[in-house]
Amino acid sequence: MLKGRLRKDRIARHYMLTVTILAMFVLLLIGGGLLVKSLPIIQEKGLWTLLSTSNWRPFKGDFGFASYIVSTLYVTGIAIVIALPLSLLTSIYIIEYASPKILRAFSSVVDLLSGIPPVIYGVWGTLTIVPFISETLAPHYVEFSTGYSALAGGVVLAIMIIPLIISILMEVFGAVPKEMREASMSLGATKWQTVKKVVIRKSIPGIVAAVVLAISRAFGETIAVLMVCGNFTDLPKSIFDACYPIPALIANNYGEMMSVPKYESALMFAAFLLFFIIVVFNVISRIVLIQIDKRYQL
Amino acid sequence: MKKLEEKIFKFLMIGSTALILSLLLYILYIILKKGLPSLSWEMISQIPSGGFYLGKEGGILNAIMGSLYLIFFSVLISLCISVPVVMYLNFTLRRKSKLAAIARLTFDVLFGIPSIVYGAFGFTLMIYFGLQASLLGGIIAISLLIIPVMIRSIDEVAILIPNELVEATKSLGATNYETIKVITRQLLPGISTAVLLSIGRGIGDAATVLFTAGYTDSIPSSLMQPTASLPLAIFFQLSSPIEEVQNRAYSAALVLTIIILILSFSARYFSRRLSKNKI
Amino acid sequence: MELLTEPLIKEQPKQTRSRKPGCDKPHIEVEKLNLYIQNNHILKNISLSIPDKSITCIIGPSGCGKTTLLRTFNRLHDDNVDVRITGKLFVDCEDIYAKDAEVTHIRKKMGLLAQRPCSLPMSIQDNVVYGPRLHGVRGKQKLHEIAYHQLSAVGLWDEVKDRLKTPASKLSIGQQQRLCLARGLAVEPDIILGDEATSALDPISSKTIEELFVSLKDKYTIVLVTHTLRQAKRIADYVAFMYMGELIEFGTADQVFNNPKHKLTQEYISGGFS
Repeated sequence: MLKGRLRKDRIARHYMLTVTILAMFVLLLIGGGLLVKSLPIIQEKGLWTLLSTSNWRPFKGDFGFASYIVSTLYVTGIAIVIALPLSLLTSIYIIEYASPKILRAFSSVVDLLSGIPPVIYGVWGTLTIVPFISETLAPHYVEFSTGYSALAGGVVLAIMIIPLIISILMEVFGAVPKEMREASMSLGATKWQTVKKVVIRKSIPGIVAAVVLAISRAFGETIAVLMVCGNFTDLPKSIFDACYPIPALIANNYGEMMSVPKYESALMFAAFLLFFIIVVFNVISRIVLIQIDKRYQL
Repeated sequence: MKKLEEKIFKFLMIGSTALILSLLLYILYIILKKGLPSLSWEMISQIPSGGFYLGKEGGILNAIMGSLYLIFFSVLISLCISVPVVMYLNFTLRRKSKLAAIARLTFDVLFGIPSIVYGAFGFTLMIYFGLQASLLGGIIAISLLIIPVMIRSIDEVAILIPNELVEATKSLGATNYETIKVITRQLLPGISTAVLLSIGRGIGDAATVLFTAGYTDSIPSSLMQPTASLPLAIFFQLSSPIEEVQNRAYSAALVLTIIILILSFSARYFSRRLSKNKI
Repeated sequence: MELLTEPLIKEQPKQTRSRKPGCDKPHIEVEKLNLYIQNNHILKNISLSIPDKSITCIIGPSGCGKTTLLRTFNRLHDDNVDVRITGKLFVDCEDIYAKDAEVTHIRKKMGLLAQRPCSLPMSIQDNVVYGPRLHGVRGKQKLHEIAYHQLSAVGLWDEVKDRLKTPASKLSIGQQQRLCLARGLAVEPDIILGDEATSALDPISSKTIEELFVSLKDKYTIVLVTHTLRQAKRIADYVAFMYMGELIEFGTADQVFNNPKHKLTQEYISGGFS
């Protein structure tokens, strides 16, 4: 009887360990696999050329990623600039000022919003944001804009990452101990002063973590941005111009990949670039967070 | 002066909250407005005829069934991997084990990798193994995507299980495996929530299936055939010049949104039940 | 500009109390105070006078409402939507629960020491001068002096003088509680409230805090909720005994401990229940 149980236990242990190692191995596999696939083009063109030129003529063998990188940064930047203040303001209000009923209702709203698939945001963006930019907003600033622009991509992205940031911030602000708020108020601080000087200060690591996660998500988001950004290769001169972030590049051209030599390698390089930037970014921010924790022990 | 600052910020805060609330309502409204008129029994029970991009007749059954097949198998595979991993990290390894810390870090990183990278990687795997764009390819890519999601979600609840419970079972002479069986029962609500969350993530994602699952008018009858999916149904048919095709896209968007809403509410319901039954 | 580590001014001038002219009531006067949480009647018709410049201990079994009562003194229940309060509470003859009463200056009169020492997420010095800065005090030198005075008053100066700028959370729990006391004193209150202020501390730190309270009582009115009878016996001048939300008895320590008027008081003091 015991022998049977012990054998089952051993098998279970082996299975669990194998599966865990395999799952971890996936990370290396992805990075390695993409890197291997990108080697041909790196070897042929050289890393520096790939990253700094913006000629993209696959049929001629020109692969310059610069404008795609710039587009990606542009769109992510706009998204963060819009999303961060709004998310901060809303989270502070919900946690510090709103009644418990509103808090619960709002949590449901946030959950719902974070579950909506990107493609739906893309549809909505096409139907509302793009015409809005083209007809209402852009005419104030530029001569002509189709509406399919970096701004549209940024706005849609912002709306997508706002629920993410808010749900993290709500947890972070909620974790500030009640006693700390009371200590501040007992000294004669108003609610707003307490929020400014105590709650936010204590939550800085959490806020940083939320921003990092949001940037990661925004960086790699494909379909929603693809549907509204215009997919036009030239370097965008203003936010009303069309742009072409890296995920959109990969998604749009996978069909033609196999027909042109080195095209596949170039697109895999794009994917690897995305992978690499995000992994490094995540690891660095984790290190930064640990340092903040050590030094300030908030 | 201080009062003014507080007033200004309070105004901004309430404004920002109202803005976000109204955005959600606006999004749902637009999807309803566009999708509801064309949503009919025919729409969800028929496949498109005459080619999905140009054919006027038919509906989106190909996409609905395709998505269901894709997510069903992906979740199955994910469960077989995620549950053992979480159990191993929490109840077999010591809490402070280095392997556990590295594993968690790895899964956190995998969680943050964008879906298009999983799609591209899945594509690479398929080429390596000589697979065509197919249901199987899509399943592989989606599984890779949702495994970190599931692991993180289950881990969050597994970590809350108090040490005393584990020790109690062990001191009765149970093997590690038997202890885990007991704990799994305890974690079922948490696992259900994780499954719901993963379905939500996987069923709506376009970038994973873009390269790997292909697209077709018909419902796949084997793993090796290509399959349609709801996100791609929206994406490919939205820009068609033909109105009926566009309407299919909007209906697919509405169907997808409804599925997500149901999943969201169920997940919230489950997690509330979970916290009610806490020890 | 070099900051002196030990400022020249040794004596800190004590601010005169802001009493209403013609005020003859005791420092804190509670008049028929009732508190409801949702529909539960938690504090029942409490009427109580807290004498000046002495230590009053509120005792009673757990759940009797003593902490709730203490927190009504500086309106800490304001943020809780479920709480309803009726009755009057006079501090220096000013009803703090009147409709137009302004809360921040009331709180400034009182320093609260909570059960778990809660240092603010900033350096030791910033913790101490947090209050004064809120109320408009500026100037590096001045703030440094305040820090010196208050930290010395609680006996913490020598232990932290070399690390004033380091995070306060790195201090031990006993040191943190003393820091919280220094922080509370820095706003120059008239009243010190202690909510089981030593229950989370080790015996030595507890003793230090108790001694501080005793040394402060000739300048401040001190109200403490104590969880142990022994602490009350050690340091109380006056004692209020509460049971199930009602004030059962109030009197001098000598009178309540040695000659209680009420049967319940007698039972509680002799250890009949806790």
